[in-house]
Amino acid sequence: MGKNISIRGGTAASADYLLEARGITKMYGDLAANNDVTLKIAPGEIHALLGENGAGKSTLVKIIYGSIQPTDGELYWLGEKVHIANPAAARNLGVGMVFQHFSLFEALNVAENIALALPKDIDIEDLSEKISEVSQEYGLPLEPTALVADLSVGERQRIEIVRCLLQEPRLLIMDEPTAVLTPQEADQLFLTLERLASEGCAVLYISHRLDEVKRLCHDATILRMGKVVGHVDPQQETAASLARLMVGADVHAINANREYNPGETLLKLNALCQDADGPFGVSLLDINLDVKAGEVVAIAGVAGNGQSELFDAISGERVSSSTSTIRIDGRDSGLDNITTRRKNGAGFVPEERLGHGAVPGLSLSENIVLTRHSDDDGLSKSGFLDRESAVAINERITRDYDVRKGKPDPEARSLSGGNLQKFVVGRELDRKPKVLVINQPTWGVDAGAAALIRQAMIDLALSGSAVLVISQDLDEIFEIADRIAVISRGQLSDAYASNELSLEKIGLLMAGEHEKKTTVQDEKVSA
Amino acid sequence: MKLVLDKRSEHSELMTLMSPVLAIVLTVITGAIIFAVQGLNPFSALFVYFVEPLTSLWSIEEVLVKAAPLILIGAGLSVCYMANVWNIGAEGQLTMGALAGSFVPIVFSSWQSPLTLVVMLIMGALGGAAFAAIPAFLKNRFNANEILTSLMLVYIAQLILDWVVRGPWRDPKGFNFPQSISFEGWQLMPTLGEGRVHIGIILAVIAVVILTILMSRTLKGFEILVIGNAPRAGRFAGFSRKKIVWFTLLLSGGLAGLAGIGEVAGPSGQLQTAISPGYGFTAIIVAFLGRLNPIGVLFAGVMLAITYIGGEAAQIDLGVSDKTAQVFQGVLLFFILACDTLILYRIKLLASKIKPQQHVAAE
Repeated sequence: MGKNISIRGGTAASADYLLEARGITKMYGDLAANNDVTLKIAPGEIHALLGENGAGKSTLVKIIYGSIQPTDGELYWLGEKVHIANPAAARNLGVGMVFQHFSLFEALNVAENIALALPKDIDIEDLSEKISEVSQEYGLPLEPTALVADLSVGERQRIEIVRCLLQEPRLLIMDEPTAVLTPQEADQLFLTLERLASEGCAVLYISHRLDEVKRLCHDATILRMGKVVGHVDPQQETAASLARLMVGADVHAINANREYNPGETLLKLNALCQDADGPFGVSLLDINLDVKAGEVVAIAGVAGNGQSELFDAISGERVSSSTSTIRIDGRDSGLDNITTRRKNGAGFVPEERLGHGAVPGLSLSENIVLTRHSDDDGLSKSGFLDRESAVAINERITRDYDVRKGKPDPEARSLSGGNLQKFVVGRELDRKPKVLVINQPTWGVDAGAAALIRQAMIDLALSGSAVLVISQDLDEIFEIADRIAVISRGQLSDAYASNELSLEKIGLLMAGEHEKKTTVQDEKVSA
Repeated sequence: MKLVLDKRSEHSELMTLMSPVLAIVLTVITGAIIFAVQGLNPFSALFVYFVEPLTSLWSIEEVLVKAAPLILIGAGLSVCYMANVWNIGAEGQLTMGALAGSFVPIVFSSWQSPLTLVVMLIMGALGGAAFAAIPAFLKNRFNANEILTSLMLVYIAQLILDWVVRGPWRDPKGFNFPQSISFEGWQLMPTLGEGRVHIGIILAVIAVVILTILMSRTLKGFEILVIGNAPRAGRFAGFSRKKIVWFTLLLSGGLAGLAGIGEVAGPSGQLQTAISPGYGFTAIIVAFLGRLNPIGVLFAGVMLAITYIGGEAAQIDLGVSDKTAQVFQGVLLFFILACDTLILYRIKLLASKIKPQQHVAAE
């Protein structure tokens, strides 16, 4: 394979491409996760696949790796049509994949973990030698006898890469590889990938970090809502133009007819820091934010940048290390547990409805008790439950928030996503909280329910409460928020008035423009 | 055509009740096959096992004697399992409860007052709870799996008991038999009527009533339910998983300890090297057969007690091994767990579809 093959020649015959995906469509019910997607990767190029969460990147990659089958469309490998039935078939073709979340056995050492993934009976001594060889050659220092449990996340990723390299791949897929790496580890990874590309191995690099893509990639395909919206040379683009392509131009600020008279600060985050919880967690770094009475503040960002960690810290599911980091309605609450924070006037709606916001196997009235057992309305009197009151509250909430259900008090799991979301939101709004923190309020919810929930949040702010919305949905954010901040790798930007914030700016912030580059994140080493 | 499991939108009330019935029917059929293979008439063998124990006053009393510890332990375990805490070491907690409770009559053998029995019962419960505190501590502090720790502690408890009755607490006038002195007067559980039925069965019923109220009416019971069903939601509700681990293990351990001292101060009347025919393990089946519901445990305890008595009768009448009863118990648990799948799923017949071919083209 030649080095540095020219990749932008439009007249090239299809056999010049290592992999070509034509017209790939994947339907999930009525939703097109991929819609007529075309992707061409030449040998030796580093090809970026860009897009927001839910844009269809993972779906496309899973189709190439054989984990799922497309509804329509064809794959060509070196110009020949192929059917990739499963990941083993993909590996036989020469496709290797490094997943974002690795599957390694902590109790085994490096060589044993790699041996498990290899098909044949392999002598572990020979393998260890080969591992040392490959890891040295590609600048991926690895000790074959080291126990995985003792390794950092970056080192664990190296195991996965070496595992792929041993199978001599011709296309290496990297799914958000730097999400779990320190900046130094990321630099090292880029050198390795460049080396691989120079030897003719193609790399499909999935990311939303524009600076990395500009620095590393020769070519970029941009997906939005399942469709290819751009095919560009990242070197020719600015981070801003890439951001605009990724976020889309169809986002409008429609926040006009509302007066904005914020009152006193009801929720204050004050230099909130928190270590990551486990190897795939995100640590929070020096987060500062005020949310005032009468306003809706939104936190935008790509999923997995610390949103759920931030939610847990504000709700008190993870208690902070000092009391002043979180102030709810004038009271330092950093050390309070979630029940105390609720009593102090806060309400919380988590991202996961089933299993976090509600217990699937319990009835709705029992799920009322879940967050309201310590309220003043007496659902629990000296340790005994008042089930009749819970049933009455449930009737009120399901009526007021239009929760559609088959029988009066069904199990939570029998409700559709939209109706259950109306229930968990309604359960908190019904308490008239002074501070409402809500994570992904309309995720996976139908349009009607989403509109009702957004209206309810605005109404709550109008009645004088402070509302903090964490969302990935920029349409939603511009529709309801007075001010917007962006979270990226556990760092929160300043909050900007939503009518002053351009899409370009928000895209740059999502890509981490505000991150303090000097701060070396001493990110979580292995547990 | 193929059979598939189709998820129900809600759990089925009907199958929650019918699953144990179905399991019992399947167990009986399996039992008939086992007897037939052994060359016995399956019908008369099943009669000896499941019906004869209920045909005489003596055997009904024996059923109640055996049901008492099974219900006490099973009720505690059902609460524990509801919380997703898997205490399977009740046999060891029973043993330590028996040891702790026997401290009073053996060390202060001349103390005779109604209080003697009360102190014995309290110490029995505390002994069982203290022994269950070990897996609770290990789970909360080191995240050690309570299934393993509680099970391993069973053998430790049994070896301690063995050493005590052969050593320090052996009856000096007992001709070197490995047993303690015999308990007398207020050191024994009062009997109901002339037979061997003692107040243990009343304690069991009281425990069932209290635990029913706990699980259905109190916030603590609700916490147990939530933590067991969805721990993340439990944390969101502000409930502490660690506290629930402590609570459920101490509760189930205490009830097992109470059952232990009830056995020693009841049918046995002294400490011996073996004080239980595996009540602590059989109670696991009782808890599941009783739908992890204390009232259900009441019936399930009687049911399993019948298999003990039937097993003894079958050994005498039919000459089959006394292990047959344990086979029945194991088969029963197996079928319950299998049938419980139907609570959340229904069986559906599907016309077979052509599966996508598993071939790879052009390499």
